[in-house]
Amino acid sequence: MTKQMTGAEMVIQALIDQGVSTIFGYPGGAVLPIYDAMFQQSTVKHVLVRHEQGAVHAAEGYARSSGKVGVVLVTSGPGATNAVTGLTDALMDSIPIVCITGQVPTHLIGSDAFQECDTVGITRSCTKHNYLVKSIDDLPRIMHEAFYIASSGRPGPVVVDIPKDIQFKAGLYDPPKTNRHKTYQPQIKGDIEKVKAAVALMASAKKPVFYTGGGVINSGPRASELLRELVQLTGFPITSTLMGLGAYPASGPNWLGMLGMHGTYEANLAMHDCDVMINIGARFDDRITGRLDAFSPGSKKIHVDIDASSINKNVKTAVGIVGDCASVLEDMLLVWRQMAPQLDKPALKSWWGEIEGWRAKKSLSYRRSEKTIKPQYAVERLYELTKNRNTFITTEVGQHQMWAAQHYHFEEPNRWMTSGGLGTMGYGLPAAIGVQLAHPDALVIDIAGEASILMNMQEMSTAAQYRLPVKIFILNNEYMGMVRQWQELLHGGRYSESYSEALPDFVKLAEAYHGKGIRCSDPADLDRAIQEMIDYPGPVIFDCIVDKKENCFPMIPSGKAHNEMILGDSDEDIGTVIDAKGRELV
Amino acid sequence: MPNSAYFMSDAVEAVRRHTLAVIVDNEPGVLARIAGMFSARGYNIDSLTVSETEHEAHLSRLTIVTSGPERIIEQIKSQLERLVPVHRVVDLTVTGDALERELALIKVVGTGDARVEALRLASAFGARTLDATLTSFVFEMTGTTEDVERFIKLMGDVGRVEVCRTGIVAVRRGPEPM
Repeated sequence: MTKQMTGAEMVIQALIDQGVSTIFGYPGGAVLPIYDAMFQQSTVKHVLVRHEQGAVHAAEGYARSSGKVGVVLVTSGPGATNAVTGLTDALMDSIPIVCITGQVPTHLIGSDAFQECDTVGITRSCTKHNYLVKSIDDLPRIMHEAFYIASSGRPGPVVVDIPKDIQFKAGLYDPPKTNRHKTYQPQIKGDIEKVKAAVALMASAKKPVFYTGGGVINSGPRASELLRELVQLTGFPITSTLMGLGAYPASGPNWLGMLGMHGTYEANLAMHDCDVMINIGARFDDRITGRLDAFSPGSKKIHVDIDASSINKNVKTAVGIVGDCASVLEDMLLVWRQMAPQLDKPALKSWWGEIEGWRAKKSLSYRRSEKTIKPQYAVERLYELTKNRNTFITTEVGQHQMWAAQHYHFEEPNRWMTSGGLGTMGYGLPAAIGVQLAHPDALVIDIAGEASILMNMQEMSTAAQYRLPVKIFILNNEYMGMVRQWQELLHGGRYSESYSEALPDFVKLAEAYHGKGIRCSDPADLDRAIQEMIDYPGPVIFDCIVDKKENCFPMIPSGKAHNEMILGDSDEDIGTVIDAKGRELV
Repeated sequence: MPNSAYFMSDAVEAVRRHTLAVIVDNEPGVLARIAGMFSARGYNIDSLTVSETEHEAHLSRLTIVTSGPERIIEQIKSQLERLVPVHRVVDLTVTGDALERELALIKVVGTGDARVEALRLASAFGARTLDATLTSFVFEMTGTTEDVERFIKLMGDVGRVEVCRTGIVAVRRGPEPM
């Protein structure tokens, strides 16, 4: 229904019409009219963060755990520039975000006005698309388009920059009409001939492996169901990227564990030796492939991706299918059932035999200790004590993130929120806040490091304000652990600036933020302390003092192939494993 | 198979020049979006022309000449296609032999024999004389890039002081529109 209203009212009305109930933001001069319009309604709940980066990560956590679009509202200038890290994070991990930024009035644009910045210029390369609204007549259309573009095809962040005068101006509001954009029409259904070719290739495989990624999660819960069905039907082994954990259950019989730089031995060796690789919604990232010219040299690759530019970008594929994972998986199942292929059973049996041999290496094992808490042990216990609850896990970035991915086991999609592509330290706490808002009754835990957590520590204040019982589980080794590990491996153990000097007392810090602090350094006391954390009805900072020098294994060193990975109990001198060329890599 | 992302050497792959026609919404920032994508991903732009071609629909046509190995050209096309304001991308090099033309304005200053020679060469190349004074000419030269190059080079010997070029515009031969 077309209605006369101001630009600020249109923004709120568009949010309501798009089904938005929660937004994350921080007010400022250039968005005051929108905040005023928000004040006069109660449908859209605003969550006040303490830093705009936190707003975007919170919206990401909200989006990833709920499947909805995350919405952010920030002011011009510093409000917009502070949001840039979050926007880039959402772009890299394909998370649907609509970020509304205030802008100085139209007549002041370009005059270096107070709190002016070229928001559309700055965010052009870190958004899927962005808009500067120059006329009130365009505002309703742009708002609705922003939601469509953010959430369809390969999801991503969209910025809508609205000058203050446009927020005051009156105009006619149109509700969202059609979901068809004049140029942006992502391909949902895959080419059926290519699906047939893919199924034929799968049916002929002697050493197949499914390699799945965040695309399956983004496609919605139905994609995960279909994936499980296809894995069961084919009996093929399956591994997943960091982004795709939970699409196939970790307890499933065909699960090989995560692959990549810190993936399991069996997952990486299966990738290296397979003859048919079925990539569903992953993008052959460098953390996955390792050295590209030695990446799975003997296999034919099938690649399903909704983004055509992902296909043949890093790795040449035999069959590239552009389409949405759920739709393509559905067609694959259909074609497979019609074909009723005769599989090479003896070959598949011997392939599983090889895999069992690799599994027997137990690549995630570590030396246990009764004196100090091993970080892997801490995650293991956390998993055991929370697995039967309605639990969501977020992480920061570093060693703790990899240990969480290795030792916390996910049975369902949308339960695992981590910064994969950009690797943003400081992601986990605000993301946990977003998750908790989407799932008020769930147990939300940010598995953190003592360095990462300090990057967005201020969001504890947000958790306190909204009574969000998020649990921050810090694996405190007093080092930027992954930096320290690389310095040990690559730079002769010269720990340049990686020691966390002068750390705060996390227990007192929790109390200062109106939360509860728990410290534990004794393995024998760990279960009790974790239980105390779970039982506490408010936010908790758990300072888990762990082994300072523990390294994260297994590991494919940079510049090496999948079959050259090093294991934790390796006898090799790990300081010499990486050659000069590898040292230049990240 | 491509080499490692890190030690990738494009030298072994044959580099080809491609001319792309791109239809986009003529909206603010669209050129920055396209140019930014090329620079952010390390692709080459050899030449780029742009102008609104359908005023009612606010559509612009860009002609981009780029060069790279085949797989990079494929990447460039799909990266262009996924930009929201882009309607269509057509690779004129792949779709068959396209007509390519470029326009240059060349200012030549001189007297005596050089001046006479400049005028004679311009006439031989079919260049138009747009402006003349007792000591100078401005020529308009339209042709393939090679013709324009050759003409500009020759003018260097007869007093060329300034050159301005449009870059390539291109259209496919035959009855079919793009």
